[in-house]
Amino acid sequence: MSFNPQALGRLGITEEQVELMDVAENFCRDKSDIATVRAQLEGVRGFRQDDWTAIADLGWLGIAIPEDFGGVGLTLAEVVPVVEQMGRRMMSLPFLSTTLVAQALLTGGTESQKAVYLPKIASGMVATLALSELNGAYDLNDITATAEKTSDGFKLSGQKILVQNLDAAELVLLSAKLDGKTSLFVFDANLIAASARRREKLIDETKRSYEVSLAGIVLPATCLMDADKTIVTLAHIDLCGNLLGSAELVGATQTCLDYTLEYLRTRKQFGKLIGAYQALKHPIVDAYIGYEKARSLLYAAAHSFDEQGKREVATRMAKVAAGRALSFAADRSIQFHGGFGFTYDCDAQLYRRRAIFHDSQYGDTRWQKKQLARLLFN
Amino acid sequence: MISVEQFAKDADQWFAEHTPRDVGFMMPLTFMEVGTEQQFEFLRDWQRQVYEAGFLGAAWPSEYGGGGLTDAHQAAATKVMRKYEVPIMMNTIGLSWAGPLILDIGSEAHKQKYIKGILSAEDIWCQGFSEPENGSDLGNAQLRAVRDGDDYVLNGSKIWTTHGNFGKYMILLARTNPDAPNKYAGLSFILTPMDVAGVETRKIKKLTGEHGFTQTFFEDARIPADGLMGREGQGWKIAMQTLEYERGARGGQAGGYSITEPDPLEILNLARDTRQLNDPVVQDDLLDYIIDAQAVNLNQQRAKIGPLMRDNPAGLPLMDKLVKTEFAREINQYALTLQGTRGAYYVDEPNAFDKGLWHRSYLNAFSATIGGGTSQIQRNIIAEHVLGLPKSY
Repeated sequence: MSFNPQALGRLGITEEQVELMDVAENFCRDKSDIATVRAQLEGVRGFRQDDWTAIADLGWLGIAIPEDFGGVGLTLAEVVPVVEQMGRRMMSLPFLSTTLVAQALLTGGTESQKAVYLPKIASGMVATLALSELNGAYDLNDITATAEKTSDGFKLSGQKILVQNLDAAELVLLSAKLDGKTSLFVFDANLIAASARRREKLIDETKRSYEVSLAGIVLPATCLMDADKTIVTLAHIDLCGNLLGSAELVGATQTCLDYTLEYLRTRKQFGKLIGAYQALKHPIVDAYIGYEKARSLLYAAAHSFDEQGKREVATRMAKVAAGRALSFAADRSIQFHGGFGFTYDCDAQLYRRRAIFHDSQYGDTRWQKKQLARLLFN
Repeated sequence: MISVEQFAKDADQWFAEHTPRDVGFMMPLTFMEVGTEQQFEFLRDWQRQVYEAGFLGAAWPSEYGGGGLTDAHQAAATKVMRKYEVPIMMNTIGLSWAGPLILDIGSEAHKQKYIKGILSAEDIWCQGFSEPENGSDLGNAQLRAVRDGDDYVLNGSKIWTTHGNFGKYMILLARTNPDAPNKYAGLSFILTPMDVAGVETRKIKKLTGEHGFTQTFFEDARIPADGLMGREGQGWKIAMQTLEYERGARGGQAGGYSITEPDPLEILNLARDTRQLNDPVVQDDLLDYIIDAQAVNLNQQRAKIGPLMRDNPAGLPLMDKLVKTEFAREINQYALTLQGTRGAYYVDEPNAFDKGLWHRSYLNAFSATIGGGTSQIQRNIIAEHVLGLPKSY
């Protein structure tokens, strides 16, 4: 066993991170006040096309895509402050899934897939991932969907779930067993017929997802990604998902705390502002401390993400802290709002639902700790 | 001026050569645990050696006895001290609170008189804030100071005086005006000599069975009035400034370190020694401590990165004391649960794990979660000063 605090990640920040933080802070605040967020809850798409076009124009979709492929040529560390600010305003764009597909292509796409798709993503094409299955496994290798080689392509069978924003997506990245081995495919979303899609109802109503029946879908041969890189690509998707998920969680925690504090500063009971009661004051301080710790771990993970030896530990730690931070802050937010907290109108439920959703994505606290135990104790 | 790199190199060489090992008695892990004359004499001598070698007070002005270098020099030397796990600095109250305060707001005469003795440990300092009836409610301090010519006459009592029995001087919070419009406005902050008639200290036996604090009694004790810091009535403000040094929210300390911080690596070693490192249940617990320790470590790094501190600039500095002291208490408590039947033993028992150090550290950890403002008071401070919540009382 090797354990050295220096090996767990360290903190730093780039000028580009600060610039993007500033721009994203203003943009997300202006475009996504809570009334706008709530107005999207019942919509089919769940986001406004104008906002998507705007972030494409800002270059956010290409932040971590190399310049050769039409991107900005920075790293995921610079994507983190953007996602943090989106999370802070509960802005639900298909940004995470699109960014993850770009990352997957960079790691495991063929040269022609990269050349065709990355510039399109950088300029605004929505992409999504079809990886999860009904077995509920966090392990991205634990799948049963199959791809069978035919004379001119691959015939799919099985089922995928939690395919986010499929209605808006033009590109899909899918995992299936080919000759018993997990393989990745990237293809035009139009190949999934309308009849093969079913919209799912999610705990986080700001998000959208679909179940997909794969039976009958035939993919062209060029859709197969680099077979030698499947394992590293899935591992990369997993870590990127956890890093950006942590960023969204940390941003949401900040707002959840602000929202709760506002109530504690203005609501009176027994003739006193309820924030003066230590039974409420002390737990909210603990929630705040949880937020600050998670934010430190998040930015350390971002800063260490290019360092092979550190990034997995740093990222999984960040996800544990961020998941716990929002879960606790939002749980207490519902409770501290009293009767109002039990209503749909109270925003506390939005944050609590957000935290539950993120536990389902790329692993909850227990799963992350299991991986950390493997990394640190074996 | 010598470069920081060279200074660090010199420090590394000096501490490699001079750090004492196997002294034959239990070394205090915090400055609040100095309970015997033997420990006191040893640590005082050690501090003097470090100072004379130039690695303590390196950033303090040279005209008062400091090294005249920069904070970066001292930080480099302190880092080396941690690396070699050198014994703690004895005169912590002088080095970390009284000294920086005197340098910040003291008179020229104060600086000339006190700073060198603080660094050399010739003059040990103690703190007289808490009173038997006023612990967390520091603003209600009742020890009376009455001006009489060039003197103050003191009557009352202070408690939890760290190093009270070794102290030559005390930083004292006293009530100079009982009729002030509010309790805070009647307080003054006085640098007080301890070797005067009418001052008596009595050792307090701690929950560990050891000593380390005293109660101090003042009966018509007459002290020179030139020890007054600022003006009469400014005592509360100055005491709060002192607590900011104590909580690490304000810089200017002489350097060195006074508390051996818990290292998660040690608890991993304990889990291995007790053959429980492969137990998934234990691993699950240990991971929580590792993640928490890493967060505390990163918070410190982040506090220096402006763009990541914009939203709540006072947040990380003000939570530092709460987070660190509670972590120390918890990790030491957890360590006891790893010892099985041998968890029954205590200090001095040959069958005890690590000489019973974990038990002692756990019990001593409360000195930091209670002293300097309890963890509960710390939460009130964070709530009111960072989160904008109303006062509770």
